[in-house]
Amino acid sequence: MPRLTVWYLRAAFVHLALGATFGALMLTAKAAPSWGWAWAWFPAHIELMAYGWLMQFALGIAFWALPRYLQPPKRGDERPAWAAWALINLGVALLAYGPALGLAWVRAAGGVAEALAVLLFAIYVWPRIKPLGV
Amino acid sequence: MPRLVRWYVKAAFVWLALALLLKAVALFPAAASLPAITPVSWHLLFVGWLTQLIFGIAHWMLPTRPGASKDKLRGSEPLMWGAFICLNLGLLLRVAAEPMQVAQPGPLWAGLLMVSAWLQWLAALGFVFNSWARVRPPVRRGQRGA
Repeated sequence: MPRLTVWYLRAAFVHLALGATFGALMLTAKAAPSWGWAWAWFPAHIELMAYGWLMQFALGIAFWALPRYLQPPKRGDERPAWAAWALINLGVALLAYGPALGLAWVRAAGGVAEALAVLLFAIYVWPRIKPLGV
Repeated sequence: MPRLVRWYVKAAFVWLALALLLKAVALFPAAASLPAITPVSWHLLFVGWLTQLIFGIAHWMLPTRPGASKDKLRGSEPLMWGAFICLNLGLLLRVAAEPMQVAQPGPLWAGLLMVSAWLQWLAALGFVFNSWARVRPPVRRGQRGA
């Protein structure tokens, strides 16, 4: 497994653990109204689970498993995929924790970071979506 | 495909079918007012189907632990069985308790909903704990497990 996939997957695991924690707190709040404060973490739960966990896990596996080039470097210039990793995690963090900390303005910045990340990753991965041995 | 992985994948398909069935039911005007139908159906899809499928396939496909004995190559099998039980029991309790807690709030449904919440949390943490060391760069020859 390439080093970048290790970073994607371990970051995805961290987001899964945190997102599941916020989810459990909110479900508890449905049973115990005194836990209503947990609802402040609703945007964080969505962000962490959908993008931090599911999307990031899929991108990490794609980097590892998609067909490689015949000539080294076998996975091409990895720098856009590394930049995408940094931007995804910056974006997820801004979108997840910004509102709860009273920093609503950072949501737009987080959205831009995530969109740029996916664009960079798509540009990086596009030529690797090809038949094997070509 | 190991037996545990087959359980994960088959359970994922059961939840997928139930999620789409619930979605279809919710589209009938008479069912639109069923309590908690939206959060329940979303979680059947994202927890029961997607997350469970990932847990199962990842347990099967991630690199094995270098230097581990044959029965520990994929980490702790009992831990992953525990995560499987927690995830599915937690989701099942949610399907029953969340609509009932909305329709007829009471200590029984509230208690079951709390148990459901933390069972699913345990499942996620169990998977992360077991998989963390298996997400790793390649090891040199001679360091692989037996």
